[in-house]
Amino acid sequence: MTNLQPAQGMVVATLAKRLRSAVGDNAVIDDHVRLRTYECDGLTHHRVTPALVVLCESAADIRAVVVICVEAGVPFVARGSGTGLSGGALPHADGVLIVTSRMRGVGEIDIANQRVVVEPGVINLQVSRAAIPHGYYYAPDPSSQQICSIGGNLAENSGGAHCLKYGFTVNHVTGVEIVTPNGDLLRLGGKAPDPTGYDLLGVIVGSEGTLGVATEVTLKLTRLPESVRTLLAAFPGTDEAGAATSAIIGAGVVPAAIEMMDALAIQAAEAAVQCDYPPGAGAVLIVELDGPHAEVEQQFHQVQQFCRDRGAFEIRVAVDDVERALFWKGRKSAFAAVGRISPDYIVQDGVVPRTSLPTVLGRIRELAESSGIRVANVFHAGDGNLHPLVLFDNSVPGESDRAERVSGAILDLCIEYGGSITGEHGVGSDKAKYMPRMFTDDDLDTMQLVRCAFDARGLANPGKIFPTPRLCGEVPGRRQGAHPLVEAGLAEAF
Amino acid sequence: MNRTSAVPESHRRDDTAALASLNTATRGHARTARASDGVAGVPARYVALPCDTAQAAAVMTVAAEYEMTVLARGSGTKLSWGGAPASVDLLIDTSRMDAVIEHNAGDLIVHTQAGLTLTALARRLSPAGQRLAIDPPAPSGSAAQGTVGGVISTAASGPLRLSFGAVRDLLIGVTMVRADGVIAHAGGKVVKNVAGYDLGKLLAGSFGTIGVMTEAIFRLHPYPPAQRWVSVPIPNSRAAHDVTQRVIHSHLAPSALELDRPNSGHPSISVLLEGTHAGVADRSATMRELLGAGAVEQEIRPPWWGRRPWDDRSVALRLTHQIASLQTLIDALDAATRPFGFLADIRGAAGVGILHAVLPADPTTVTTITAALRAAAATWGGDVVILDAPADIRAALDIWGPVNGLALMRRIKDQFDPEHRLAPGRFVGGI
Ligand SMILES: Cc1cc2nc3c(=O)[nH]c(=O)nc-3n(C[C@H](O)[C@H](O)[C@H](O)COP(=O)(O)OP(=O)(O)OC[C@H]3O[C@@H](n4cnc5c(N)ncnc54)[C@H](O)[C@@H]3O)c2cc1C
Repeated sequence: MTNLQPAQGMVVATLAKRLRSAVGDNAVIDDHVRLRTYECDGLTHHRVTPALVVLCESAADIRAVVVICVEAGVPFVARGSGTGLSGGALPHADGVLIVTSRMRGVGEIDIANQRVVVEPGVINLQVSRAAIPHGYYYAPDPSSQQICSIGGNLAENSGGAHCLKYGFTVNHVTGVEIVTPNGDLLRLGGKAPDPTGYDLLGVIVGSEGTLGVATEVTLKLTRLPESVRTLLAAFPGTDEAGAATSAIIGAGVVPAAIEMMDALAIQAAEAAVQCDYPPGAGAVLIVELDGPHAEVEQQFHQVQQFCRDRGAFEIRVAVDDVERALFWKGRKSAFAAVGRISPDYIVQDGVVPRTSLPTVLGRIRELAESSGIRVANVFHAGDGNLHPLVLFDNSVPGESDRAERVSGAILDLCIEYGGSITGEHGVGSDKAKYMPRMFTDDDLDTMQLVRCAFDARGLANPGKIFPTPRLCGEVPGRRQGAHPLVEAGLAEAF
Repeated sequence: MNRTSAVPESHRRDDTAALASLNTATRGHARTARASDGVAGVPARYVALPCDTAQAAAVMTVAAEYEMTVLARGSGTKLSWGGAPASVDLLIDTSRMDAVIEHNAGDLIVHTQAGLTLTALARRLSPAGQRLAIDPPAPSGSAAQGTVGGVISTAASGPLRLSFGAVRDLLIGVTMVRADGVIAHAGGKVVKNVAGYDLGKLLAGSFGTIGVMTEAIFRLHPYPPAQRWVSVPIPNSRAAHDVTQRVIHSHLAPSALELDRPNSGHPSISVLLEGTHAGVADRSATMRELLGAGAVEQEIRPPWWGRRPWDDRSVALRLTHQIASLQTLIDALDAATRPFGFLADIRGAAGVGILHAVLPADPTTVTTITAALRAAAATWGGDVVILDAPADIRAALDIWGPVNGLALMRRIKDQFDPEHRLAPGRFVGGI
């Protein structure tokens, strides 16, 4: 514990002892070398070694840990698989990291109710794997779905290529059991819709672990479509591919997914996974339609026509699942693939209204040219969610700063065009500083009223989302003392 | 806090001053209330009609200064839902906030003011071949579905919920005015956006107790070229379950499935299919086969589709359930009403798990039946809420029933509205 003052070291030792007696010796990690394996999530340039890590095995474990943290006034951070790209699971140096990777139980696949209840550490893809034999699947499909956890998905309100048609995590979670930052175990919703009262479930999804730790999640399962058709269209450049996208959406077609990659992203993907996309493409579109056979066939013809009309020089149609998987392979491996063409990179996640895509891409190109920093573009074209990959070499002096500036300028562009600084990766610790560019102080203050109601002491994942924490303090403004009956919980104040 | 008298005694003499301030805030659009401005039998004192967010904020600042309780009113189609307000010093009438601020057809989004009616919005969107897929059931004898603000505050949903989700799923941005007059935004103009807490989720279904909503941004959908309804008679609750299960597990991607069980008349389930002309023709033929004997196809909606099964003289229960517990719920409802000599009219989205049941406006009957249902609700995994009831019996009823997380909800209320001036008493636990 070299990084701690002696006094803190003692606090940590006491804390470790209490945690051990609550959840068992094997669950608590205080060895520095092992602690360091948890020092970052998918955003690897932010690193903090946690004071302690607890590998929880049950809701009771999580609750016990939170209660001990609350009593000791120690911050806690939840972690699923640690694939987050905004530093959401970045540990707190004086805090406890609550890891859910031992909680991977998938409950009964309840087809009659179209639901499944899972533990928070369950891997996204594990849910679909369990449901597919029944003709169902779990729709939200982040590219990281082979490794990311449902708890992480819930906290980030994760999306995926198919959320254009099917929505995000928040549209697929109908119930949650959560340990609140006070240490209460609370059940919200279940297999039925609309639990009575405020939509706390809706507030918790996407709150990045700042409103408690999910211990169980009820998910909606989606019927596998009768028919899936996928094409890969190669265009001279992103302008033509963008025009095709607009034509498709403008015609009232709602594809399951429309994804775009530009030349640099294609080059990276080829180097990494040999996806064999059409040579010479300045941009490719992957368009997938799914649904009843009778609808899909007709619209698929329309989509091909739109692509041809807008300048596609080659269109490949997947003949089977194997070929479909091949189309997707290039796209889904794109983030990792840029490692092949650049030693370092920043992944951005800004969103623009889809109709301003061509203009914004043009301005990103200008930014890249004027700064000498290359930017590869991979994105969810259907909903305007960009994933610019800002490439740099950390060993070249000044390059990482320049890359950081380009990256920030791209977010400014997104805001200028009425978009958002993050479409699916979350704000985390990485983008908290950009929040005031998108929201007023009053907006941020109002959001934090929710935080104060859940966690007045700010112990749950502090330092994330909001650049400056709000002091919750006493509830202001009560001008009269409460009636004794109200105090006793026997009557309501109004 | 005693909120039964409209305005604290000390402020009564400030009547003229308060009204003058409200008139300044709205540039002359405030007045003293009339009898018809009362809400659920509770008289209002002042009415203010702000035309935009800035005026609404100015109004709320005056309300804070004079410690007024505040309730927002859209077109009034759902004011009788939820709890009766304990008092209404100030009624904010949103009818002047009826503008479409931006309709960006290419991006399939619309930004509106909160007082815009859904009917007017639909008219604006239809030339672009688009719609907002929110269709709360209209009161009997009217086509009015209410305003944007009202539908968000009550989280009212209708048949289209099956495929398009609830109000909160289509709401992508909000502007609200807090109890202290501060303006706050959350979300934005893009469908994909996870920056910050989504306050829209908190506002949806909050019955005006969190803030006064002034603007909303929604995700839109293309209006389908073809629609067809396939309906089948439903002899009993078992059949209702079987048909619902067959439809939701099919590959036919229905947009909606509604159960209608009038106590006099012919119970049926109708399924809405939407899409291309050829696709819909094909799918409805398959659907007809799937539904079996007696199934018919129609190009027009059944007369009851999208309408409330209750009127302003009856009580409406909102019953949520796990999809597969439909039969259990209907049987429990029938068992509870039978001793009173009737079977309730039932209508709702059986494939989602939301039914409405109609009871006579007799407090004893309603209380006995709701108590029986609430005691058994765990068997179908849902809640039993008294959604709508005539003003004169509302006070005698437990509107909301048991609520999970009530302590946390109270803390949220205390943060947003520490003096409990926003729609006091309308929501769960007296919030
Ligand atoms: C190659 C790659 C591709 C990706 N593609 C996508 C994509 O397409 N779409 C997308 O949306 N994201 C994508 N991501 C980002 C990431 O995978 C998601 O954000 C994912 O949901 C994180 O899950 P996790 O289990 O790794 O969470 P972690 O990184 O461990 O944690 C993420 C956040 O969740 C909180 N958290 C974790 N568990 C809980 C819990 N039980 N209760 C409360 N809070 C909890 C943490 O505190 C943290 O704030 C990608 C990441 C990578 C590396």
